[in-house]
Amino acid sequence: MREEKALHAGADKQEKLRHLFWKRFRKNQLALFGASIVFSLFIVALFAPLLSPYDPGQINIKQVLQEPSAKHIFGTDALGRDVCSRMIWGARISLLVGFVAVGIATLIGIFLGALAGYYGKWVDNLIMRFVDIMLCFPTFFLILAVIAMLEPSIWNIMIIIGITGWMSVARLVRAEFLSLKQRDFTVAEKALGAKDFRIIFRHILPNALAPILVSATLGVAGAILTESALSFLGIGVQPPTPSWGNILTAGKDNIDIAWWLSMYPGLAILITVLGYNLLGEGIRDAIDPRLK
Amino acid sequence: MGLYLIKRLVLMIPLFIGITIISFSVIHLAPGSPIDMATDLNPKATAEVKARLRAFYGLDKPLAVQYWNWLTRLVTLDFGHSFSQDGRKVSTKILERLPITIFINIVSLILIFLVAIPIGVLSATYQGSFFDRSMTVIVFVGFAVPHFWLALLLMILFGVHLGWLPISGLKSLNYEYLPAAAQLWDRISHLLLPIFISASGGLAGLSRYMRSNMLEVIRQDFITTAKAKGLSSRKVVFKHALRNALLPVITILGLSIPGLIGGSVIFETIFAIPGMGQLFYASVMARDYPTIMGILVIGAVLTLFGNLIADLSYALADPRIRTT
Repeated sequence: MREEKALHAGADKQEKLRHLFWKRFRKNQLALFGASIVFSLFIVALFAPLLSPYDPGQINIKQVLQEPSAKHIFGTDALGRDVCSRMIWGARISLLVGFVAVGIATLIGIFLGALAGYYGKWVDNLIMRFVDIMLCFPTFFLILAVIAMLEPSIWNIMIIIGITGWMSVARLVRAEFLSLKQRDFTVAEKALGAKDFRIIFRHILPNALAPILVSATLGVAGAILTESALSFLGIGVQPPTPSWGNILTAGKDNIDIAWWLSMYPGLAILITVLGYNLLGEGIRDAIDPRLK
Repeated sequence: MGLYLIKRLVLMIPLFIGITIISFSVIHLAPGSPIDMATDLNPKATAEVKARLRAFYGLDKPLAVQYWNWLTRLVTLDFGHSFSQDGRKVSTKILERLPITIFINIVSLILIFLVAIPIGVLSATYQGSFFDRSMTVIVFVGFAVPHFWLALLLMILFGVHLGWLPISGLKSLNYEYLPAAAQLWDRISHLLLPIFISASGGLAGLSRYMRSNMLEVIRQDFITTAKAKGLSSRKVVFKHALRNALLPVITILGLSIPGLIGGSVIFETIFAIPGMGQLFYASVMARDYPTIMGILVIGAVLTLFGNLIADLSYALADPRIRTT
């Protein structure tokens, strides 16, 4: 009976926290702006086949390098393909890369961070020294080196960005675990004889989700930037699959006669990354307004 | 302080070994062999030739032996010979590329320091003002802009349309024939855009960090005390708050080194600067394994030393660190 009451109190408190979160989040105009950018991009990526005016792969040699006009609002590229359609489909690729890469990084980070924070002692020491070592490498060098060994396919790129980007998540999760494992509810659960696995995943992890969410949101922005930089060097997502990075790169050769080829994809990357950053910071401020 | 230094140096040894293990594994655990590039498309490369090549590079030995051989040569700064056509020593190749990369990175670090800190401090002191809000917008855009794109746009604007700045290389073709003052300007003008691009990412990050640090310090009790004592607000900000807010910045500068070095690949390729980033990119494209491994190790060791310097300066500035 008492336990049930405590549970209700807990649920009430959760409800109240959530309410507070939304109240703060709604007041933050920049965060709302970020959220609407992210949301619109989802819509664009989801309905790409309906929204794109032309087939993104349709080559038309009579319409090469056309300036933006009513017919082709972002112009056409060196093969006469409609830039607007390619960018709409490219949104899918960029978001996919961002999400899968961050998903991989977050899973590795949670796993290693939880082990280190929960078990402490030599496990913690081993994992955290590994993190220190990984952080010494210029990440971009590491990514380039691995891609040199593998084919630059879209899946390899997502995996590589993921396995070189988990360190900050691991540090964050470890710190959360260190403080949460001392708290009464964890100690009580342990005294009741719960298994480590259950304590980690049912009790500690849900309490650490908020900061992980913030770091993942900011991570998507970083992954999109990294993919575009890789594409710029010619080892990102390979044509003919359109990604914002490789549309921009293809445009760089004609930049003096066809500015729109490099301008629009660059703006798209900028606005997307801006959106994710604003959203991420907005969530963080709403969770912990002291940090603002 | 001496003891602290020794402790820090000893701690670097396992990190260094870890760095070499990762640099080595990245290359050797990946599918394919380093000699594939040279033999795959060559019809004359028989199985026997391949075996001889493998033996020549020591690739026929077990991985552990290969690693040990590489490591023992590494500590004498011998990175082996490049796989590329010239076959020169990797250490020479890296050494002639390193100074310009380090120079650009140090100048951009100084620039980041000089610009970001005042911005952060002013934003925090006048929180919510027009200045603060416009800086916030600029910083967010600075975070989000792809650097290679910004570089491209600036190149087109200043190099092509306005014709104010050169767009590639380190000096002009007629450099030798210029008078001394013009030579100096020639050098500087070639570096302006690369340095700006290299600094732009750090600028946004540090000024934001400085702002939140300052805000945190301003809310502490001793600031209230200082204000209550009747000190002028200028004195409170610059004498009491700034000092305390500056401390963590030292660490951040240390941490930003890998990002700066990594970014050198981008701006060196765009502006055709013969530095380490460009060499790394070329080696990656050519699968020049000894050079790739060498640059990975050097890049990581530079970071290691950057962090050491940051930690030592922190310990010098804040006595509380030394005792723990």
